[in-house]
Amino acid sequence: MVKDQEYLKKKASFCIDLAKKLGATESSAAVMHSISETVNYRNKKLDESDRSDSLAISLTTYIGKKKSSITSSNLNDDNIETLIERCIETTKITPEDEYNSLPDKELLADKINDLNLYDDDHIENDEKIEYLKEAEEAALQKKEIINTETGFTESKSNFILANSNGFINGYKSSSFSASCVAVAKDANDKMERDYEFTSTCHLQDMIRPQQIGSVAAKKTIQKLNPKKIESEKISIIFDRRISKGILGVLANAISASSIARGTSFLKGKIDEEIFSSSINIYDKPDIVKGLGSRYFDSEGVKTEELKLVDCGVLKHYLVDTYNGKKLNLKSNGRSGGTSNLFFEKGSVSYRELLKLNKRVLYITETIGHGSNLVTGDYSVGANGFMIEDGIFKYPVSEITIAGNFKDIFKNITLADDLEFKYSTNAPTILIEGMVVAGK
Amino acid sequence: MSDFFTKTDLSRKDAENIISETLNNCDDGELYLENSKSESIVLDDDKIKSSSYSSDLGYGLRAVTGEVVAYSHSNEISRNSLKQSANNLSSTLKSQKGIYNHEIPKTNEKLYKDINPIDEKSLESKLELLKKVNSYTRAKGGIVQQVTASFAGEYKSIEIIRSGGEVLTDVRPLIRFNVSVMLEKNGKKETGVYGIGGRQSYDEYLKDDNWKNVCDEAFRIASVNLDSKPAPAGEMKVVLGSGWPAILIHEAIGHGLEGDFNRKKTSAFHNLMGQRVASEGVTIIDDGTLHNRRGSLTIDDEGTPTEKTVLIENGILKNFMQDRLNARLMNTRSTGSGRRESYKHVVLPRMRNTMMMNGKYSQEEMIKSVDKGIFAVSFGGGQVDITSGKFVFNCTEAYEIINGKIGSPIKGATLIGDGPSILKEVSLVGNNMMLDPGIGTCGKAGQGVPVGVAQPSILIDKMTVGGTQL
Repeated sequence: MVKDQEYLKKKASFCIDLAKKLGATESSAAVMHSISETVNYRNKKLDESDRSDSLAISLTTYIGKKKSSITSSNLNDDNIETLIERCIETTKITPEDEYNSLPDKELLADKINDLNLYDDDHIENDEKIEYLKEAEEAALQKKEIINTETGFTESKSNFILANSNGFINGYKSSSFSASCVAVAKDANDKMERDYEFTSTCHLQDMIRPQQIGSVAAKKTIQKLNPKKIESEKISIIFDRRISKGILGVLANAISASSIARGTSFLKGKIDEEIFSSSINIYDKPDIVKGLGSRYFDSEGVKTEELKLVDCGVLKHYLVDTYNGKKLNLKSNGRSGGTSNLFFEKGSVSYRELLKLNKRVLYITETIGHGSNLVTGDYSVGANGFMIEDGIFKYPVSEITIAGNFKDIFKNITLADDLEFKYSTNAPTILIEGMVVAGK
Repeated sequence: MSDFFTKTDLSRKDAENIISETLNNCDDGELYLENSKSESIVLDDDKIKSSSYSSDLGYGLRAVTGEVVAYSHSNEISRNSLKQSANNLSSTLKSQKGIYNHEIPKTNEKLYKDINPIDEKSLESKLELLKKVNSYTRAKGGIVQQVTASFAGEYKSIEIIRSGGEVLTDVRPLIRFNVSVMLEKNGKKETGVYGIGGRQSYDEYLKDDNWKNVCDEAFRIASVNLDSKPAPAGEMKVVLGSGWPAILIHEAIGHGLEGDFNRKKTSAFHNLMGQRVASEGVTIIDDGTLHNRRGSLTIDDEGTPTEKTVLIENGILKNFMQDRLNARLMNTRSTGSGRRESYKHVVLPRMRNTMMMNGKYSQEEMIKSVDKGIFAVSFGGGQVDITSGKFVFNCTEAYEIINGKIGSPIKGATLIGDGPSILKEVSLVGNNMMLDPGIGTCGKAGQGVPVGVAQPSILIDKMTVGGTQL
């Protein structure tokens, strides 16, 4: 069982009180506990079981405008006391920073509407194994599949966040996830791999194992016998697995920290059109059972829905307390990043999107970390499929795609197939005019 | 060295009994105890952005039988907690039976000193140095827009207790110093990053104003990129510089030669043992025994002494990297490559310092031989798909080569290739082998471990460059 709120509150209060006694003018503390159990299965045999019991504390102390922090997984009172003493000593000799402070009191979250983020259901390892068996059996029905690896993780966590301005709150959350990775071999012994997964707050919402297994098998087999294509400028479609990455880049580029440091290609773009005018982007923290839902941010500041991009125009940065003070902006509860971030769905269907161009490259996977947030330059390895007249013709691999996000943002068309499978979600996206490097 | 049995109701004797009882019918396993301290001090935007310190304590109990691994970890070192872990392992392995392998090689050699680098240099002097780094770098001119400098130090003390009471210990220091510079000229912004580090105290790396070289290098890379033009797109010849560009070897070849993927037959290399996988003249080793290097370990995280493992000798595939589990199942011995990020993670076969050995050509000869291609000097991260063998990495400093001469710098582009075939495209191996500066972290299955790489300059005959200029 995860530790209850009373235990975590007691530890957090102990830290806040002791920090004050030792000379901190302000402080904040977080105490987190999580238990997770994983079972991995491979080729219809048990491969691994893993139980994780993890308790951790983090504390930040302020003396005026000086700040320092500690974290520890050793919660003995003696050890915590030694660490807090060390933290206070460090704080004393750390130079002042005028922007250091706890969040403004009036911004702290006060009331909490239940978002149903915790499911008390427990699934025994034997039942997890049953699920994984079914997933693997479904995948192995295809003769091309030579290897399957599946895993099931259940995790429960609880935390308390407290600060010396009287904020003390926290909540339990749960997560159930399962995945199936399949490997297929072609006639020339060349292998490809793909996967399918499900991840939910509540056990009963998980996708059935047969579906996980058969989708993983289907996606893997589709990748067999890929071709490398000639280098060319061509329109690209990002599958939903990849398209959400565009929102990830946006979120990083509009974080108050990148803006305040001047290291973002979107600095100074508030109220400017950065996307084409049909695009709307939301960050919504209060979706019931949402994978990115939260009641307050990592500083205790209340979070409200933000329409980040309105008809193509950038309306908000993602602001935390420190960088907000630097930029002269109020925190909008985004310390720790976005919550449930998504594109409003587009107006064309998936099928129509495939047919908008006579030839189009459909990307299902990118590899590498080729996004430069300072310049907006983008270059990554990729694989996917060539589509002609709306029909999947053949798999493509060992190519790169490149462009600049300033252009990419303005040249996207969204399909209407938005679904909430991750915390950041996007429908299938068409991007006009990217450069593909191949042969 | 840490004593893990003070301040707990769990005595060493109790622990030994629980371990022996739990592992009695297993092939392998151990109790792994870890006490780690780490610090991070960051200067950014002219200010000390953060100073943090972390103290971590915990254990991981592992039982292995046949192909099955049962693992349970907790940060509560107590009788109850360890018993609960033992029960959890036993229930997973209830229908399995094995014979415990007590054999484990020994070493007396230590590859680094038993020091805590965090306490060896006072916080005041670290803060002072970061300020000097900031003003030194900013003094390079008005084009300097942003400077970030950081120290990261770690002390990790581990103890491994095996069934029967055998004990192995190691104390591992690790530090890293990093500088990142952003420049702006005529509205164009570019960054340059450089760092140094390894398993010694900070001052070993910072003495003689060595830190200035790090600032100079970060500034130089950013300056080069300010003048860069868009990169070409398509297949061409690529000359890789010596040292850090060996992350190509790490991604393209290294991961595919880790024991687990080959036992499971999911690596593109699994059926190529003894066969030619690289051009003649290409020899690649993975060496855990270099003194004070970031990727070195006196013993791995299962207690096996590390070694110098020959992976590819003169183009022929010779060995995979093994931990105890995969070695046993593949009928070979551990190469001392069993590693874990911390007590929270299971052991996996991993790289240490992966190196391509010297050939006989000079870098000038290579560049001269290229009509049209690129010269890649430094890289950011890389990634590989083990199964298909496709890998990428991102250039952070590169130049075009035209008619045997180095031309303009080009913008960061991704290079993509195919692991099993790329080394057959290596036509010249240089004579200027160099180790990287000690900054690499390798990620696998969600676990990050410190690693090193090294290589001489090499000429690759055909590789796809992911630029924007057709």
